[in-house]
Amino acid sequence: MKAVSIHNNQSIPVKSIPDLSYTEFLEANTSLVINDRENHCVNYFGFPFEDGIRLVCCIANDHDHLIHISSTLLNIDREYPSFSSLHLSFEKFEREIHENFGIKYLDHPWLKPVRFPFNQYDTANTIANYPFFQVSGEEIHEVGVGPIHAGVIEPGHFRFSCNGEQILHMEIQLGYQHRGIEYLLLEKKKLLQRTTIAESIAGDTVAGHTTAFINLFESLSGFKATEDLRFSRMLALELERIAMHTADLSALCTDIAYQLGSAVYGRLRTPIINFLQVWCGNRLAKGLLRPGMTHFPFTQALAEKLNAVLDSFEPDFIEMSKKLFSLPSALSRFEKTGVVSEEQLLEMGCVGMAARMYGVSRDVRFSHPHDLYSDIQHELIIKHHGDVYSRAQIRKQEIIQSIAFIREMLKSIPEPKEAGEDLQPMGKNMLALSLVEGWRGEICHCAITDSSGELEVYKVKDPSFHNWLALAMSVRNNEISDFPICNKSFNLSYCGHDL
Amino acid sequence: MLDNLKILYHQGKQYIPDLTKAEVPGIFRGRPVISASEVDEAKLVELCPTGAIQANPVSIDLGKCTFCGECAFAFPGKIQFTKDYKLSVNSRTDLVIIEGSDKPLELRPELIRKEIKSFFGGSLKLRQVSAGGDNSCELELNACGNVNFDMGRYGIEFVASPRHADGIVITGPIPANMAEPLQICFDATPDPKLIILVGTDAISGGIFEGSPALDRSFLDKYKVDLYVPGNPVHPLTFINGVLSLIR
Repeated sequence: MKAVSIHNNQSIPVKSIPDLSYTEFLEANTSLVINDRENHCVNYFGFPFEDGIRLVCCIANDHDHLIHISSTLLNIDREYPSFSSLHLSFEKFEREIHENFGIKYLDHPWLKPVRFPFNQYDTANTIANYPFFQVSGEEIHEVGVGPIHAGVIEPGHFRFSCNGEQILHMEIQLGYQHRGIEYLLLEKKKLLQRTTIAESIAGDTVAGHTTAFINLFESLSGFKATEDLRFSRMLALELERIAMHTADLSALCTDIAYQLGSAVYGRLRTPIINFLQVWCGNRLAKGLLRPGMTHFPFTQALAEKLNAVLDSFEPDFIEMSKKLFSLPSALSRFEKTGVVSEEQLLEMGCVGMAARMYGVSRDVRFSHPHDLYSDIQHELIIKHHGDVYSRAQIRKQEIIQSIAFIREMLKSIPEPKEAGEDLQPMGKNMLALSLVEGWRGEICHCAITDSSGELEVYKVKDPSFHNWLALAMSVRNNEISDFPICNKSFNLSYCGHDL
Repeated sequence: MLDNLKILYHQGKQYIPDLTKAEVPGIFRGRPVISASEVDEAKLVELCPTGAIQANPVSIDLGKCTFCGECAFAFPGKIQFTKDYKLSVNSRTDLVIIEGSDKPLELRPELIRKEIKSFFGGSLKLRQVSAGGDNSCELELNACGNVNFDMGRYGIEFVASPRHADGIVITGPIPANMAEPLQICFDATPDPKLIILVGTDAISGGIFEGSPALDRSFLDKYKVDLYVPGNPVHPLTFINGVLSLIR
């Protein structure tokens, strides 16, 4: 046995995870990813254990719906061969392990800082002295953008190496948003505190990260969520997807100076988030989702309101989209801009929209269904060009698909259950893993409890953790003036990455 | 051309005619009201995730409150959140709502520098700095400029450069990694300039209070002109707060 295989949201005793030698561990995990494109790494992290660092690697198989987990124990004084030299999709995880614990790798191709956490191993490392890759030559010039950007968005630094208008290379430096999320999830012990932190991991993905936290916590506590709870989580996720995809289409129009699209998509987001407020008192769904219970049962009256919102949203949305996607001046900006190839996507281990834009069928709703997703007929929306156009098209089609899901869901609303028993304490010495398809892609939360049933490790992985590299690859050989639409077409999370 | 007009026509009227009197839909959690009824105060204090509630007399600090509403669910006879979205103040202590108080929150005129109204009353350009903001307040600040809220009608706008700005709007609890960029941005803004804190995370650190990853020393150095609470702030809270400062 090289790994223990679990389903999404399953808890297992820590001792059931095979403890391999590093050579076996490396061989087993990299060969899974190299030999089968249905396998990808959803989480790979370390934590201090006895005298060394214990590593846990979680590889999900999208075909058989299983997640294969294995572990090894490292000695911090030794040097190790890297996973990344065999498959690049592990590069960010290994950089994180190196940054947090000082594990040395012999042949890592790009062992740079990830987010400059407050508790990093090498305290001499500061965000001001990031080692940028340099392209030299008489014709080459550098453009630095950020950390504070022109718009009202989060901070991060982009360093372009350009030949005239053409981008040869772009490096992304993150970490400005590091708030110590994983540390706080262990330190703040009240459940409500932890749920509030989960809601703030990324404020544009409240439903996504909170659902991941809740499902994980309920799994560790042995709580089986009733159908009405699972219904409201799924509904919140789909509403969040509609709202954020619409906002992104608006932002794409802004960046190509298409005022009508910008204004119309911008205002179309309003009724969706206002519905969230009608439901739970908050436009971004903060406060809506809670472990083991809800304050806001979904009623027939709410269903009627939501149907009315969707009925007026849909025709306006379709009309606007027809116009946008047939407008020559928009298409000339979207098509063949910011292309990432299928081969590159697989190599980088991209997830969510960034995978589906070029033939890679990764969608947790389909491959590792949670909540009520196994009850719906979900056909993945897959594109085959890997450009800004594909990413915009995915958004348009997923909005229409989500509306259809919601209409289907509203036909039979589960009866709200009376508040049942209180949540039990978490199991002792357990590991649990939760995958959720947020609007950006795959969110993975993973937790380990200690011998007293308290959280020992809490690991958060936002889809942006994989996908930032795809943005960097997409802009190569494009004009620097196309960077904004490339960036918006991915719309990755800074705080979700920096934690 | 014709289909453009058709699209425009189909949108109907989207703008909110009077932002100072608009009503928020649904069950907004705005300014809380605390009754005098007797409850287990220790339990109430213990419940709050950010320590915003104090006992004897019971008070809620809106600078710390995440507006989750859990206290109102547990003690509905004691605490009620009203739909009053006008939450901005210019004195930090005014954010503490005490038992029995049901007054609207207002700015203290004596604390507003006298040049503010004459300089910025007709036009205010702001530079937003997200310092650990989770993108929820940022989304809502962006929404302030959309066709629904359209704060541009008052001459209030976000600009790209601090050199074009009359003040900075900070969101997020200010991570140590953002302390220097924030300072550089503030220094680049010409005088006279405003500092506006938007959202619970910016005002007190919120749920991140006590995190060793933060460096909030910037706030010890300067006087804050406006506190806008919320998690995230509602566009109407922000716009009305700024209007009460500059008009």
